[in-house]
Amino acid sequence: MFDLQSLIICTFLFISLFFEIFLLLTFLENRPSMKKGIVSKPFDLPTATIVVPCFNEAESIFGTVESLLALDYPKEKLNIMIVDDGSTDNTWDLIQRYKNNPIIEIIRKENGGKHSVLNFAINKSGSDIIGCLDADSFVSPNALKDIVAYFSNKETMAVTPAIKIHEPDNILRKVQKVEYDWGIFLRKMLSFIDALYVTPGPFSFFRREVFANIGSYRLAHNTEDMEMAMRMQKHGYKIKNCHTAFVYTIAPNKFSKLFTQRLRWTYGFFKNMIDYRELFFNKKQGNLGFFILPLMIASAISTLWLAGSFITKISIKMHAWFLNWRSINFDFGLFNTSHLNLEWFYIQTNIITFVTILSLTLTVILILLGRKLSEGKIKFKMDLLYFFIIYPFIAPVWLAKSVYNIIISKKTVWR
Amino acid sequence: MIMQTLDWKKYLLTFLITVLVFLSAFALSNFFNNKKITSLREIEDKISIDIMSSETQYSLLAESSCKDLSGNVLSQELNTLAQKLTYTEENLGENSSDLIRLKTYYALLQIKDYLLMKKISVKCNTKPVFILYFYSNNCAECEQQGYVLTYLREQYPNLRIYSFDYNMDNPALRTMISLYKVGDTLPAIVINDKVYNGFIDKDKITDTLPAWMIATSTKATTTKK
Repeated sequence: MFDLQSLIICTFLFISLFFEIFLLLTFLENRPSMKKGIVSKPFDLPTATIVVPCFNEAESIFGTVESLLALDYPKEKLNIMIVDDGSTDNTWDLIQRYKNNPIIEIIRKENGGKHSVLNFAINKSGSDIIGCLDADSFVSPNALKDIVAYFSNKETMAVTPAIKIHEPDNILRKVQKVEYDWGIFLRKMLSFIDALYVTPGPFSFFRREVFANIGSYRLAHNTEDMEMAMRMQKHGYKIKNCHTAFVYTIAPNKFSKLFTQRLRWTYGFFKNMIDYRELFFNKKQGNLGFFILPLMIASAISTLWLAGSFITKISIKMHAWFLNWRSINFDFGLFNTSHLNLEWFYIQTNIITFVTILSLTLTVILILLGRKLSEGKIKFKMDLLYFFIIYPFIAPVWLAKSVYNIIISKKTVWR
Repeated sequence: MIMQTLDWKKYLLTFLITVLVFLSAFALSNFFNNKKITSLREIEDKISIDIMSSETQYSLLAESSCKDLSGNVLSQELNTLAQKLTYTEENLGENSSDLIRLKTYYALLQIKDYLLMKKISVKCNTKPVFILYFYSNNCAECEQQGYVLTYLREQYPNLRIYSFDYNMDNPALRTMISLYKVGDTLPAIVINDKVYNGFIDKDKITDTLPAWMIATSTKATTTKK
């Protein structure tokens, strides 16, 4: 009854359903703790440095800095470092307006890439905790205070925020919004099982000693934020997610830009996985090593496989149409032999259909839970539909390209 | 350095729930597939009754006129049955024992219909065209031959096409194959008792059709504006 192809698809479905159920159980298990606050007793707020690396960011730099100035945090404990990484536009002139602000430092250095800016700032900073905010992102006023609360636990070495899309105004951005909602949920769950493998560039905070103990940022295939998290995991440093610290980021509005961004992410992901392969099935790594990392690889393989078999199926169908057409001498008038039949008999009723429906339903539920975390309520909107229609067609594109790039060893660019 | 721990109980629970979901999906899928098989059987029973009543009617009217004999109703039902059988075969796999039984039944119904129609045509002196089509599931050109025949059937509703799985293990079918001396080069077609082995295109088949049938094609009537 089962051919190899169905068996492979069933295996992939089993893994993805297993993962979704695991996340749901994790959510149910931790729901009570999410409702109450993090800090049980008052503690001394740490001093914080926020680095704003900019390279030709004239368009959005003001919004970013203004959102930082609006943070609800004692000004004497806050230090904002705007570092111009050798911009070639007028960014440097624009940021001059902040030069007299007591909590802002403006610095210019030669271009060296984002990791060099971060390392430069880390060396200069004397704060207890250090974070960064890309010049294409904004924060909500409560973000820093909420994040700092997680540092009341001495074991917590880094805290990541909840990232949202700034003004999702076109379809591509709406699709990304759904993806980010899912990300908000996923990161919180990964935080509960200590399996976060990225400390996202915008507004992740680290204790300063992290850098002193395990070293500074590396180029890391242009995904320094993932490499840092993997290195921390390797050394057993706890990373937590603060789901109430919202960071708004300007998402790519065109496919080409999104493609470049995602190519960098997925390529960096694979490269870092290769660099940190020792974490896989390493008994010190718990959930991350035994479950999450292997799962990420499996999901990449299954995405490629499904996309491949979809393309194969379509081409077989097209070939059949063509044959049909040719065998009746391209007679358009009577080419209606494969008309749609809506009788119930022709509805697919195999296992794969039912499990797929269930798995998609669960995905919707998890996305909505993420939306509840980010917006406070569950809302059904068109963007969910866009997501399920568009995402399966675009995600395999950058995934396939990044695998291809790894095979031919072609490096990615930032933008 | 903190050692991360694995929560085995949670993994086990997740595994059990996932297995349970798959088992339910399996049960659900089985339920619907059985329903489909049952509905196929019902169609076949109905066709069987129809053929039987035609045969009985034929015997009763043996001595009287031809115009009361109805025979054309059946072919459409046999077509929808064939479509459903093909679909089921694609989705349930060829080796389901239920399906093999249904296919055998279908083949027998077609043979019975064919024999009855032949008898009627002799008695009533009509000149219908019978096409027997032999295919197999692993023959490259059968797919195209199938398209050609489907096309012809839609164009000439009076054409009576019967299709048989050449490899089916059934005495009646084997007899018919040896009776017409159908070789094992597939697709094979028998047009009014003459055997053609290998793919033949639509024009060649059309050439063998009588003039009155071509004149009544749906194309001749539909393309007139």
